[in-house]
Amino acid sequence: MTTSSSTHRLAPPPPPGRPAASARPERSAWRQRLSRWDTKASPYAFVSPFLLLFLGFGIFPLIYTAYMSLYNYRLGGTKTWAGLGNFTWLFQDQFFWNALKNTVTLGIISTVPQLLIALGLAHVLNYQLRARNFYRVTMLMPYATSVAAATLVFSQLFGRDYGLINWMLGLVGVDHIDWQNGSWSGQVAIAIIVTWRWTGYNALIYLAGMQSISQDLYEAAAIDGASRWRQFTNVTLPGLRPTILFTIVVSTIGATQLFGEPYLFSGGGQQAYNGGASHQYQTLSLYMYQQGWQYLQLGRAAAVAWATLLLVVVFVVLNLTIARMRDRTPKIPATAAVEEVAR
Amino acid sequence: MTMSPVRTGHGAQHATSDSRAPRRKSRAGRQMAARWPSYVVLVITAIAFIAPFYYTIVIASRSNAQMNQVPPPLIPGGELWSNFAAAWNTPQANIPKALVNSLMVSTTVTVGTVFFGTLAGFAFAKLRFTGRNALFGFTIGTMMIPPTLGVIPLYILMANLHWTDQLQSVILPTVVTAFGVFFMRQALVEALPDELVEAGRVDGASAFRIFWSIVLPIARPAMAVLAMLTFMTSWNDFFWPIIALTSNNPTVQVALNNLGGGYVPDHSIIMAGTLLCTLPLIVIFLFLGRQIVGGIMQGAVKG
Repeated sequence: MTTSSSTHRLAPPPPPGRPAASARPERSAWRQRLSRWDTKASPYAFVSPFLLLFLGFGIFPLIYTAYMSLYNYRLGGTKTWAGLGNFTWLFQDQFFWNALKNTVTLGIISTVPQLLIALGLAHVLNYQLRARNFYRVTMLMPYATSVAAATLVFSQLFGRDYGLINWMLGLVGVDHIDWQNGSWSGQVAIAIIVTWRWTGYNALIYLAGMQSISQDLYEAAAIDGASRWRQFTNVTLPGLRPTILFTIVVSTIGATQLFGEPYLFSGGGQQAYNGGASHQYQTLSLYMYQQGWQYLQLGRAAAVAWATLLLVVVFVVLNLTIARMRDRTPKIPATAAVEEVAR
Repeated sequence: MTMSPVRTGHGAQHATSDSRAPRRKSRAGRQMAARWPSYVVLVITAIAFIAPFYYTIVIASRSNAQMNQVPPPLIPGGELWSNFAAAWNTPQANIPKALVNSLMVSTTVTVGTVFFGTLAGFAFAKLRFTGRNALFGFTIGTMMIPPTLGVIPLYILMANLHWTDQLQSVILPTVVTAFGVFFMRQALVEALPDELVEAGRVDGASAFRIFWSIVLPIARPAMAVLAMLTFMTSWNDFFWPIIALTSNNPTVQVALNNLGGGYVPDHSIIMAGTLLCTLPLIVIFLFLGRQIVGGIMQGAVKG
């Protein structure tokens, strides 16, 4: 309002209805045309910096990846037509299937507990709390930490001989676990790093979703004598459906992109490319990186990228389908009653 | 409420924040109070979330020999400064340069993302033009595709431009983001009344003048949130920088990668370096944590 009055001073508006400044018609016509042109062209001018840079550095590379996957493309060397050669090679390479399997298992054991814990945390955070900002900020601190920093710290915590975690496990009688070189233990350790970094973030997203659920529903449920647990399952969960779907899709996509954690957890050198001494946590991203930047086979790396994209699509569609199927399961009468009361 | 620290005193902004306040307050009043098990859960989780930070300090402030003991030390020691110095002077990591570089990269990316995001977001939110819905739909559609899938051609592109190992190779791919445009559009659809844009136009202001004098002041709170999120993401970006840059001209994540990549056998020095590279962000977070939390929660409701 202050702003509009200041523009007012700069450019007095023409009296409505009648074309302004009849004393200098040619000037006014020119101004009108300029203004009309400005209204037409400006939107394009406003979106074009974004679109140009985005097309050049975001979309073009994505499409060009498809083209490259059809060539034998060596870094700093030749480029020859390969047809589907890169893909047939890929499907015969045991390490590709290994990486695919690792990506799926790592995705499951890092995403499922993460989202379940986040849901529980959000439920607790949604109560009236003392020092609630402290908890919220604390939850988000791991999110502010980089993959590299988090993984380097956890590599220490998961150290075989002198790591804090093995020491604590030792106190309750568990033998030392070789987290770095074990196969299932390595994956568990990496899943714990991922969970540590992302649980708080997801909890806050859920909390935001919970706060947009009407309090009337809870009051109605309370009047009907629903316990807190029943309120959670019958009011909170249904109200949170869109939010839950959103986090599932985002975490699924994130899980297919796991790179920094396995790369740095392995301790560097050849093991980093391999994703552990025996490829035990080599993910698809890591495998793509190895093909491209260790073996300099960019065509094969591009084929891996497209296989990953396919996996993303399959994962997302699968998740959404499962979520929809759950929707069709019959509702417990109480839920329906609560919703009835709310209406 | 979450917007208060970035309040600038413009009339329109007061109007939006005031209209929100009473609703929030009455809601909070009706929320159920937590019982003791909730606090137990929260305290345990908070400890789990903070412990790795604390332990970073423990390791960074002790010698390697002290760390290789059973039981492992649980309180900080006195070697912090010497470990800092050793990490600072590790040539493979090049931390001093990495900090300067990261500051430059993250600042440029943040300014670019916020400015271009607001500009395009405003156009998508409030201006009418042919192809608007198609372009915006395209923008949203690509948000779900992981950008890591494009790194191979991106690398060739940068190599052909002789830009590898130069900062523009990590700045340009992230200086505009679909997320930034989406975020600003959602914010402006709500916060910017159509009448204001119309009034500016009637007054004869050019589109850019309307953007500059009317839209920017109103968009400022959302821009601040986007700036914080972008700076954090940029500072922590890992995959593309380790492909595009080397230890000659690293960002902090490249430095950390080299530090932890097996050249440095001393864990205490690695942790001291990790602390150095993480500290700037943690400091920002301690000051602006509440705003960042608010920003993420707002973004979730809108998205």
